[in-house]
Amino acid sequence: MVAMVEVERLVKRFGSIIAVNGISFNVERGEVLGFLGPNGAGKSTTMKMISGFLSPDEGRVRIAGADCARHQIASKQRIGYLPEGAPLYGDMSPRLFLQFVGEVRGFRAGELQKRIENVISRINLGSVIDQPIETLSKGFKRRVGIAQAILHDPEVLILDEPTDGLDPNQKHEVRELIREMSPQKAIILSTHILEEVDAVCTRAIIIAGGEIVADGEPADLRARSPRHNVVVLNVRGRSAAEIEAALGGIEGVTEVRSEALAGGLVRFFVRPENGESIIDGVSTAVRENNWPVEELHVERGRLDEVFRSVTEIQRS
Amino acid sequence: MSNIWVICKRELFSYFATPIAYVFIIIFLFLSGIFTFYLGNFFVRGQADLITFFGFHPWLYLFLIPALTMRLWAEERKSGTIELLLTLPVSMLQAVLGKFLATWLFTSVALLLTFPMWITVNFLGEPDNGVIVASYLGSLLMAGAFIAIGSCISALTRNQVVAFVITVVLCLMFVLSGFPLVLDFFSGWAPEFMIEAISSFSFLTHFDAISKGVVDIRDIIYFASLIAFWLFANAALLEIRKAG
Repeated sequence: MVAMVEVERLVKRFGSIIAVNGISFNVERGEVLGFLGPNGAGKSTTMKMISGFLSPDEGRVRIAGADCARHQIASKQRIGYLPEGAPLYGDMSPRLFLQFVGEVRGFRAGELQKRIENVISRINLGSVIDQPIETLSKGFKRRVGIAQAILHDPEVLILDEPTDGLDPNQKHEVRELIREMSPQKAIILSTHILEEVDAVCTRAIIIAGGEIVADGEPADLRARSPRHNVVVLNVRGRSAAEIEAALGGIEGVTEVRSEALAGGLVRFFVRPENGESIIDGVSTAVRENNWPVEELHVERGRLDEVFRSVTEIQRS
Repeated sequence: MSNIWVICKRELFSYFATPIAYVFIIIFLFLSGIFTFYLGNFFVRGQADLITFFGFHPWLYLFLIPALTMRLWAEERKSGTIELLLTLPVSMLQAVLGKFLATWLFTSVALLLTFPMWITVNFLGEPDNGVIVASYLGSLLMAGAFIAIGSCISALTRNQVVAFVITVVLCLMFVLSGFPLVLDFFSGWAPEFMIEAISSFSFLTHFDAISKGVVDIRDIIYFASLIAFWLFANAALLEIRKAG
């Protein structure tokens, strides 16, 4: 069983700049791969190479086992692609535009109309379907771009910033759509929004400087955060020093910090060694000492911290 | 084949969705009329033919056709839709041919709309209609060559004005190389074969031959191979830019 999308040591140079430097990964059917990275990291360039718009200088892309460079038309038939910024023919209406894309993809007459109607209702384009695209709002333009990409129900979907410029409701709709389609497809999407990775992706790749710096499930990536498994507790009316000492004595704890909050409340941050779970030890200590705890929770770690730390290492 | 037609249809649609189509047709008809009747002294000559009418075509095309072709690829690149077009399952050659065909069809419509001219000469006298048909054919072939050059140049840049200017200059060279002025410059010193080579590269030489009513296969081959060459170069250029 070969992966739907196989990306093998892709390299792309623009003059003396190396935009993509040896990126490899596979995407299986049912996976939603989130592509993260700072601007200029090579996300779009990589997606352009997978979609067949740019040819790689080195390496190759296989779609369903077939080399894209050798089977260009067949690969493009399997891919739905939303380019960065969702470029569209502004002088056409969404209906004519979808008709054009559908005809190029080989649909005719009844089949074509059925697909267009289907996609219009899925993406809620009904209200603007006969207006020139250039007069539409950014949200509708993006949706027309997505409609165009899923019109032929492709096995591979490549979406370059699908929710960029959308309002929170529209973002939610697009994510719902992606989630709904994900079991049958291999989806690659790029985004700047880290919450989106949690919302829709089954796996995330962070790239910086044209190289992969992190690859894993969103939860695994989060575990790399320095805050992962840090226990936070708020205690009122006890001596901070005493509690700090007690917390410091728990096995696996490396550091305890405290800060005074308003009204005699003190907040403690208990950092574990190597991100291991220490909540058992902490809750035992709370019970044994009978501290009046008002809040107790475990930090899961934050993706944006991981993102910043891995992409900054790369830069320095 | 069907992909070429789908792309051609879209391109034609966008000509007519913008004022380009109407401006082009009106200016083309207006100028060809003005040139024929005033500059060409149509009535004074007192001859029932369209020689003066067709004689101005190369000059009209020189400025009007680059205006049609400059947007073909430059606009797609600028707006980013080229990424959409080239990731659809079409080959580069299909995309190039579709766009070329659209512009060519559009130009033929403009050319066909000059039919009142043909009616006029038939009303006024008894022209050789065979010669006129041949001239129309020659004019259309020449337009095709202009379009192929313009399309190729448009793929070089994302700036439409740059595409326009370069196309005009290039086409001017193709037109002028058969002009007596240019040929006289060479005739004093250059060997005969070279002068013939230069003039054989000219649109004028071949167009004049066809519009005299002599449809020589060599003239047709000249235009056809010119079109093929520039369109092939067009596709190759796009392929090279893809490699970045």
